[in-house]
Parts: sequence; structure tokens; C-alpha cells
Amino acid sequence: MAYAPSEEPVALKILVAGGFGVGKTTLVGAISEIRPLRTEEVLSDRGVGVDDVDGVEGKTTTTVAMDFGRITIREGLVVYLFGTPGQERFWFMWDELSYGALGAVVLADTRRLTDCFPSIDYFEQRGTPFIVAVNCFDGADQHEPDDVRVALDLDPDVPVLLCDVRRRASAKVVLVTLVEHALKTLTAAQRK
Amino acid sequence: MTEPQWLDEEAGPIVRPYALTGGRTRSSGDDFDLISLVTAADVPGKDESALGPEQRHILAIAREPMSVADIASEIDLPLGVVRVLLGDLHDHELISVRPPAQVAPLPSERILKEVINGLRAL
Repeated sequence: MAYAPSEEPVALKILVAGGFGVGKTTLVGAISEIRPLRTEEVLSDRGVGVDDVDGVEGKTTTTVAMDFGRITIREGLVVYLFGTPGQERFWFMWDELSYGALGAVVLADTRRLTDCFPSIDYFEQRGTPFIVAVNCFDGADQHEPDDVRVALDLDPDVPVLLCDVRRRASAKVVLVTLVEHALKTLTAAQRK
Repeated sequence: MTEPQWLDEEAGPIVRPYALTGGRTRSSGDDFDLISLVTAADVPGKDESALGPEQRHILAIAREPMSVADIASEIDLPLGVVRVLLGDLHDHELISVRPPAQVAPLPSERILKEVINGLRAL
């Protein structure tokens, strides 16, 4: 079947990053049909210094389970959500995950704000548009987004918002904020 | 991680994942992005005799464009393995592969606005 170029199927990729246990899986599950996806990665030179293989020198592959969700906007337009593995040993996967990504949501927990530093550094360096969504856990003190911005030393144009990733409505706002930010970044780049 | 845990998952695969690929861990193309769209080629009378059941499965589910991640999830094999299988299919010209829109060309403003509206309407 012949499609006009504009009608070819389009797939977009959004990453969900942040520290371990910050709610990445919950966010993906709140807004999309979450599906199992695993990778059996070969430990290569890229893992040297990253993967501690002491005692398991004979081990050549490692299995990583990822959060993977899909949102169908319409036929031929699909948004994929990928939760980035939280542990440092899986850094080698980030380059692939972020390649061609539309943008990233960095989930933060104000009780463990430092956990999201590596994600923010990574996306800043790569120039991937990202937003910071502060997951409001029960029992955690509420902080103003501007306080979080200062604490994380974010550029003024990076959106920061509070959210409750268990709620679908809140998860929607998070994603809409990200895509709006990506659109703004894209149009700004085109004007240059 | 101490011991490989693949045996624990629902009695796990009996065959080591990369046994399906003849021990190969890198595909000839090695360029299947997670959201590259794979479509089975419409080749009349194609010879599938050299293909394994997993590759036939891929051809069966990719009649409509399907992302690499979707395929891996659907046939429940690790991504690395799926990439090797896809590489074989590509070498035999049994599939076509389209890289993600973000790579080339960039998604248009119109597409992104459509996504924003679509997300709001969820």
C-alpha cells in the first residue's frame, strides 16, 4: 500500500527516568498498557568499570527487565514509554534508550532528591528535552516546584511540576507537559 | 547478581536465549532501534524453509508495521535475541525496517500537537 510520507506510521519514544523506587513503573502503568520487555545484554567492553563482574567472570550476559508501555494516539501514531533501569550497572543501556527519544520525564522524590542527579546530568549533556516531575508520596513533606528547581540547579526553562503518579489524570498532565516542552524546544531550534 | 536467574521465571526457557541465534549476539545490521517499525515483506512464494519457528512468528505478527519492542514483548524473547533474528530476516529481504521518526525526519509540529491533544483526551 502506498502512503503519502505524512501518513506513514509514526512511533515516538518517551523515557521515564529517576531513582529506584520513585514510581517509574507506577507512572507507566497509570497511563498506558504496561507490557513485559526484557533484554539479555551481552556484557562487553562497555560494561567494564560499570559492571562489577568479580566472582562471575564467566558470566557474559545479563538480563534487564524494563518498563514498557504503549499509548495509541490514533492509528499510525503511537507513543512508547520506556522506564530506564535505575541501577548504575545498566548505564550502558541508556544511550540506546535515549537515542531518538522525544524527551524524558525525570521522576523525583523529595526525600531522596540526589537519586535523580545522574538522570538530569545525562539528559542535560545529551540535549534531550526533559522535565522534572516530583512524585508526592504520602507522608513526605510538600515542596514548592521552585524550591526543587533551586535544589536541582535546573535551567529556568526546564518545567518542574508536582504529581501523583498513581493517578491517571496526574500522569496525563506529566506527559502533556513533557511533549509541550519538547515542542517548544523543537520550534526554538528551528528558528535558529 | 550471583547466579543467572532465567530458570526461575515460570520454569524459564529450556533453551538458552542465544541458542536460538546459533550463539550470535550481534545482528548483521545491528541497527534495530527499540521503536523502529518492522513490516513483513510481501514476497509471493517466499521460501521460509530456512527459518526457525521464532522467525516465522515474527513474520506472522509483523504483517502490519510493528515496533522492535512490541515484537520482543509479543514473542517474549530478550531484545538482543530478537535483534539477531530480525537481522537474519532483513538479510533475506523478508522484512522492511523503518527507523524512528525522531531520527529522520524530526517529528513535525503538527504531529506533536496531535500527540498533546491525544494525551489530553485519554
